[in-house]
Amino acid sequence: MLNQTPIWKYILVIFMLGLCGLYALPNLYGEDHAVQISSGRDTTVSQSLADDVKQSLDQANINYKNVEFEDERILVRLPDSDTQLVVREKLDDKLGDDYFVAMNLAPDTPDWLDELGGTPMKLGLDLRGGVHFLMEVDMNSAIDTSVGGIVDEFRDRLREEKLRYRTVRQAGQAVDIIFRDAEVLDSAQFFLRNNYPDMSFDERDDLTLRATFSEQRLAEIRDYAVKQNITIIRNRVNQLGVAEPLVQKQGQDRIVVQLPGIQDTAKAKEILNATATLNFRLVDQDGDVRDALSGRIPAGSELLYSRDGQPVLLKKQIMLEGSHIIDASNSLDENGFPQVNINLDGKGGSKMSNVSKENVGKPMATVFIEYKATDERGPDGKLIFEKKEEVINVATIQTQLGSSFRITGIDSAGEARDLALLLRAGALIAPIQIVEERTVGPSLGKENIELGMQAITYGLIAVLLFMLVYYRVFGIVANVALIANVVMIVGVMSMIPGATLTLPGMAGIVLTVGMAVDANVLIFERIREEIRDGRSPQQAIHFGYDNAFSTILDANITTFIAGMILFAVGTGPIKGFSITLMIGIVTSMFTAIIVTRVLVNLIWGGKRVKKLAI
Amino acid sequence: MAFQILKLDETVNFMKLRIPAMVFSTILIFGSIASLAVNQLNWGLDFTGGTVIQVSYPDGANLELVRDELTAADFPDAVVQNFGSSQEVLIRVAPRDDLQAEIIGDMVMAALREGTANVEMQRIEFVGPNVGEELTEQGGLAMLVALICILIYVAMRFEYRFALGSVGALAHDVIITLGLFSVLQLEFDLTVLAALLAVIGYSLNDTIVVSDRIRENFRKVRKSDPEEIINISLTQTLNRTIVTSLTTILVLLALFFKGGALIHGFATALLFGVFIGTYSSVYIASSVALFLGVSKEDLMPPEVEKEGEDLEPL
Repeated sequence: MLNQTPIWKYILVIFMLGLCGLYALPNLYGEDHAVQISSGRDTTVSQSLADDVKQSLDQANINYKNVEFEDERILVRLPDSDTQLVVREKLDDKLGDDYFVAMNLAPDTPDWLDELGGTPMKLGLDLRGGVHFLMEVDMNSAIDTSVGGIVDEFRDRLREEKLRYRTVRQAGQAVDIIFRDAEVLDSAQFFLRNNYPDMSFDERDDLTLRATFSEQRLAEIRDYAVKQNITIIRNRVNQLGVAEPLVQKQGQDRIVVQLPGIQDTAKAKEILNATATLNFRLVDQDGDVRDALSGRIPAGSELLYSRDGQPVLLKKQIMLEGSHIIDASNSLDENGFPQVNINLDGKGGSKMSNVSKENVGKPMATVFIEYKATDERGPDGKLIFEKKEEVINVATIQTQLGSSFRITGIDSAGEARDLALLLRAGALIAPIQIVEERTVGPSLGKENIELGMQAITYGLIAVLLFMLVYYRVFGIVANVALIANVVMIVGVMSMIPGATLTLPGMAGIVLTVGMAVDANVLIFERIREEIRDGRSPQQAIHFGYDNAFSTILDANITTFIAGMILFAVGTGPIKGFSITLMIGIVTSMFTAIIVTRVLVNLIWGGKRVKKLAI
Repeated sequence: MAFQILKLDETVNFMKLRIPAMVFSTILIFGSIASLAVNQLNWGLDFTGGTVIQVSYPDGANLELVRDELTAADFPDAVVQNFGSSQEVLIRVAPRDDLQAEIIGDMVMAALREGTANVEMQRIEFVGPNVGEELTEQGGLAMLVALICILIYVAMRFEYRFALGSVGALAHDVIITLGLFSVLQLEFDLTVLAALLAVIGYSLNDTIVVSDRIRENFRKVRKSDPEEIINISLTQTLNRTIVTSLTTILVLLALFFKGGALIHGFATALLFGVFIGTYSSVYIASSVALFLGVSKEDLMPPEVEKEGEDLEPL
């Protein structure tokens, strides 16, 4: 018999709608203003810390909804944004040095939904407010720095090998070595080729040997410059107290930084642009740490602390500045213990060699210096930065050190990696520049959500009314499908972790609402035609759906192509638009073809129908 | 039969008007190109680079005062205008050589705060000049790639004449919509670009529906005068074309009036695009296919074509 629905189709429809409906549900619950505490570099949050927090909030008579400990973080839910500010400040004072305290909006999803992995849609920065920066790494200076380092290195190595040269000089992104006679040039070329496999050498007129980086090495330099900047930016973003920051490479030489909820962009920029350096210093072994702790610090020394809070007494005199570091990497030594390899530029190498010769057997400390922003501003309105020095490593000098040496005796591979990262952060890095900024204030974000919701509501109501009047009972069927479609879009958007709802995305939903009925219009017009051609109602329904199908498919695939291209080239909000558009195409095909068919069959299928209300 | 927009018992002779329609479209296209050449587009910040600051004055904005404040703060060339309502003000500052571009927004905010304490920052957007240039390139490229992909798909699914017809119609829609933005000097930003791609999607939707019907009728209807068959197909799909355009226009009107100032350009481009797209799928796509000499034989299912390949035409 015509127009009967097989049982699997019922199951499919119920399952899909149920699933999407379930995952769309978290969007109905609001969000709580919250303060989030997450682990610092050396600390982890725990239930006991949560209890502490609870206690101190009780003591301070602050009204809170609850304090929960999950997913490695503590979330303090608060009734309003004013309390949120107060609590953030209070907790930051109390815990700020060891933990990251950030303001956040925490979805108020009920526990049972949370267990199922239900989360609301992620809102783009244009809807929740915040800053988006696009930063560009200055690749020319990254390469320049590397070339400069090579110039120094060549001088040293050639001198060591007693290969006499006239000059070594930088020529753009290449190095020219000029010799006095051809014989030396040949042996130098032989030597250099063997020792620098990642450079290419070519002989030019006038006894000149030109060395250039291979493409691969250049790519490495670029990649390294971007990675290093990302590492540094990540460290700094943590200072900003942002709950869900995003720091990501984009293209070859750009970095995207997204800081939701940040309002003071000037402060954000200053912090991101602050500098970090490091230096090597000798540990003062003559002085006594305990004396120093009680205030009797020997002249020429100072007391600093290591990461884990151990006091270390250091000589004030600096052995070497971190700007001489060209590269630092972690690896394993012969015995399988973690180590960090450090390469210095030529000047740094000879300096290090001199100082270390006199201090073999003595401990050397690596000090990391960061400028952290305080909340105070100077008379010129700029943020005041506080210099923060921290000992990140102490190692004994085993032998005279040269331009490349290593630090051993590190506890774990993880620690070696961190140390290498920090060492690189102290090295001269390629400067970055902000090339794009998009800041949306929190009130505009809220307004955008409201406007978007209004547009969706009005658009939806208008289409629902139109379909009802124009297609009567079939119109009701189409309307059910249309609402199911909106629910499915929201459900799918909530399920896909990377999907973000933006204002253009909301426009995409509105547009989808208007265009999604097209499939039903096609089917219904076709049914009307079939009836005009004299078919029985059952046959009209059957052929109407059948004949319209390939048209609907073709039309949707082509629109989908446009959506994919938009996704590929667009950024931020535009990507959001293309995502909703593409999801909308897929879900609307499901609801407009399958869901309506099930409903139509349910209403008319297998019955004696004389006349269709279409 | 229930409520219906058009009751069409007889085939409408759409193709009778195809020459005037071609002339009309040609005039519009050349007009658009001329305007694009002379007036160019009013490129938005996304493409030109520069800084846009949107602020809100809860007690209503005094544009003259804002201008004076900015002139005093050494931004005499800043463009100040209302945005959406009398409280909202939009300030544009062109890129400058003497200032680091990324701090312009903060400087402007500082200057305004000095004048009026309760001014509220709504949005700061700054785009470096290189980023803008790249976007323009990427945007143009996206359009081209979209058109080519669609051309390939339609050529595979239908026939190259239809593919050329539909891509011709799409290019027609895009050029004329661009022309409208140029003539009215509406701001062309990224959302408008997105809208244009959505227009491509929409107009294509229409064109495919019509082409699909033409193919079906070529196979089904005995009469094989292409012009007649196209007319029949257009008449059959006319109701659907109108209904879908109507629902789409309804939601776009909601977006235009309720979606706020940020989405205005988007809604405008789409509203206009839907009109022109509906027209072009009726007149341009089929006229081009007809002009290129589409015939019954071209649209027969592939098996049939294979059989007939080696035979002499009768």
